[in-house]
This record gives sequence, structure tokens and C-alpha cells, in this order.
Amino acid sequence: MSAASSEPTPGSGTVYTETVVFSPPEAFASDVPYQLAIITLDTGRRLTARILGPRAVIGDRVRFVEFRNTIPYFRKSSSS
Amino acid sequence: MRPVAVVGIGKTPFGAFADRDLRSLAVEAGRKCLEDAHAKAGQVEAFYLGNFAGPSFVGQNHLAPYVASALGITGVPATRFEAACASSGSAFYHAVTAVAAGIYDVVLIAGVEKMTSQPTAKVAEILAGAGDLCGEVKAGATFPALFAMIARRHMHQYGTTREQLAAVAVKNHSNGAKNPYAHMRKVITMEQALNGKPVSEPLTVYDCSLISDGAAAVLIAPLDRARDFTSKPVRVLGIAQTSDRVALEEKDDITTFAAVKSAAEKAYRMAGLGPNDIQFAEVHDCFTIAEIVATEDLGFVKKGEGGPYALAGRTCLRGERPVNASGGLKSKGHPVGATGVAQIFDVSQQIRSEAGERQLERHSLGLAQNLGGSGATAVVTILGAA
Repeated sequence: MSAASSEPTPGSGTVYTETVVFSPPEAFASDVPYQLAIITLDTGRRLTARILGPRAVIGDRVRFVEFRNTIPYFRKSSSS
Repeated sequence: MRPVAVVGIGKTPFGAFADRDLRSLAVEAGRKCLEDAHAKAGQVEAFYLGNFAGPSFVGQNHLAPYVASALGITGVPATRFEAACASSGSAFYHAVTAVAAGIYDVVLIAGVEKMTSQPTAKVAEILAGAGDLCGEVKAGATFPALFAMIARRHMHQYGTTREQLAAVAVKNHSNGAKNPYAHMRKVITMEQALNGKPVSEPLTVYDCSLISDGAAAVLIAPLDRARDFTSKPVRVLGIAQTSDRVALEEKDDITTFAAVKSAAEKAYRMAGLGPNDIQFAEVHDCFTIAEIVATEDLGFVKKGEGGPYALAGRTCLRGERPVNASGGLKSKGHPVGATGVAQIFDVSQQIRSEAGERQLERHSLGLAQNLGGSGATAVVTILGAA
């Protein structure tokens, strides 16, 4: 039933914009601080996702890691 | 279409009122408005209520007749409008079109929100319902996070700085300190604004509007009947509501609100005016970046110049075009469903020369801009002395 099995893998893309959230909604109280980004995928589509690991900034290349509870997680590409 | 005028205005103070419920706030604003217009409840031919999330904040549904009947208004259409933070702007727009079309003569419009009975994290969750729950919100976006991402992109594309954002907060707090109805009547310094607790980078608590309780109401009538109610009618010269996509990720350029631009163009055209004619404005500063973007989208400055425009003081009380003389959502408070009508109240108060310490020198032609969500609804209204 998960989006992971029904959606194609987003692949990689470029950070269009980002923020680090300190004041979360109730559901994500245990996640803070977390980085959120809008990523322009290589297909041209934009996607709002979480960033794992090192902080990514606008223009950074990122690659898809996994879905957790249907949330897409990306990581900064080591080459960028 | 008939010309329409605002013939009565009323508002509660904005703030955190533990002992007040939603209905009592809306009724207070409505009563003050009817008194201001020397009107009786029986004269009201329709009641339009703007409210974003009463059912989530306080559990009450069927709000429009619930409020209207407490004001003594029954036997007429009473309907709630929901358009996120533009709920009462939208209610006002639809009421004006109905009076302009000749369907009614006398219509009461109110906006109300009771937010402070919920803890902040719950408020953030309810407000996030104005975003796309299947995408951005699911991933963890709050409204501060969405506007933080707008701010980051604006900084990237135009060189907008933290100081420019902070200048908006400092100005609006300075104005709100002079407003007896404001939630936070506190002057802040640039240093404080720059060193606030982070909410969603690059935004701090000083970049965010307040979680407030409050209500506002206005009475409208055809211009040719306005003198039956008031010696100081305020004419609706131009008004438009437009829409756009809900999710931020679906917009081509998030540094501009397409709905604000199109609503402004339509309102200017209806009024036969342009941005340079506007003497003062109340804009939707749910976050400091939103005021900067609004001054650009409304055509007060070129794209990308909103930051320097704010920092240079040109939008201050004594600047060339004062913006948010009321204190804005930042200091006046932002009971979301009340905000659109509260802006009409504030612009009307200036035009009627009733703004006290905040009274502007040039105050015969003002604009109100109300934004829903991250730009999926926009209402722009141009008001002038009649």
C-alpha cells in the first residue's frame, strides 16, 4: 500500500529552495530540527521532501534515498 | 453594477482571550458595526461570515447562522466562507458583488477566529490544513516553513537580506504599539528582530504573525443609500478575488504570488487607477517576507526591490506610501478568519480620519490585500473617500 511501491523512484534533482524547521506540527515533534526542501527533479517535476545528512542549499544536487511513511527522503550528492 | 460603500465598521481588540468564545467575539464586532452605522439587525438582508477553521479550533460548525442569530439576524441567507487566511476577504468580495448586482442593499460581513484555546503545535497543524496534505504538509511543512522557503528563494534570486525582513517586523511593531486594538503593542529593535528564536530558517519568531483571537465586521450598502447610515461612507472603488494552485511546489516561481498580481490588476482596472495612485495599504504580512513580496506584486516597486524598499523606511508611517499602519498581522495580530475584514476596517478607519496616533497625512485612497494559504487565494480591494 505504500507510496514506495506504487510511485516510481524520484531519482535525483536539484534543491530549488529549503528550510530547517524548528517549530514543528504536532505529528513531527520528535523530528526537529529537520530540513525540508523543494527539489526540482531531473524529470522537471518539483517535489517537497526531507533532506537527510549534511545541510543542502539552493543549487545543490541531491539524490533520492527512500520513502518513510510515504515521505520522500533525499541526501546531498557527494559530488556536489 | 452599482457602486458600493462601506457604511459601518466594528472590531474587537485582537489578543489571547481565555474567557471569550468564538461567538461572543463575532457578536461584539457585529454589534459595534451596526451601532456605528446606526443600523438595526432587522435591516440586514444577508450575513456573510469569514472563518477559516472554527470547526477545528473550537469544534463548532454551522457558524454563520450561529453568529447571525445571536446578533438578532434571522430569516436571511447566512453563510460561512472559507478561503484559508483570506476567508473574510473572500466573504467581503462576494458580499460586494451581490450588492453591486442589486441582489441586496444592506449586507453585514464579519470575520472571526478563536485560535488560542489550542497549543501552538496543534495550531500549526490546523493552519497546515490550508496547504496540500498529500504533499508538502505530509513531508513536514508548516506555514512558517513554506514562507521560509519563499524567503530563501527570494534571497537567492534578489539578494534580499535578513535585515530587510527584520525592518518589516520593526516597522509593524512600531505601528502596532500605537493601535489600541493590537495584540502585541510592543516596540522591538532591529537587534531583537535579527536575534529571535528560529522558527523555520531563515525566519525567527519576529518574522511570524501572531496566533490571536478576534473578530471584525463591516456593513455595506449601495453608495446612493450610504448617507442613510453614515456621514463618512467609504467607497469600494475596485475589488477582485483570484485563485492559484495550493501547493507551493506546483508554482513556477515562488517569489511572486500570481493570484495577488491578477487580483491587483483587476482591482486597479475596475477603479481606473494604478499602483502609483495608492496612498497607503494594509497588506497580508503573515510573515515579513510576505509583506516584501506583496509590495512587489501590487506594483509599488519592481520585482526584487521590496526588501530595499522596506529597509529604506519608505513604507513607514511617515514614509511615501505607508504599509500596515495598523501594525499588520505581525503586531495587530492574525485571527486568520478575521483578517480580511479587519483590513477593510483599518483602511476605512484611515479614510474616515479615525486612526488616532496612526492617522496618515494622505489617507483618501487605500488598498487592502488579503492572502490565503501560500497564495492560492488573493483578494485585493481599493477603497476611497466617497
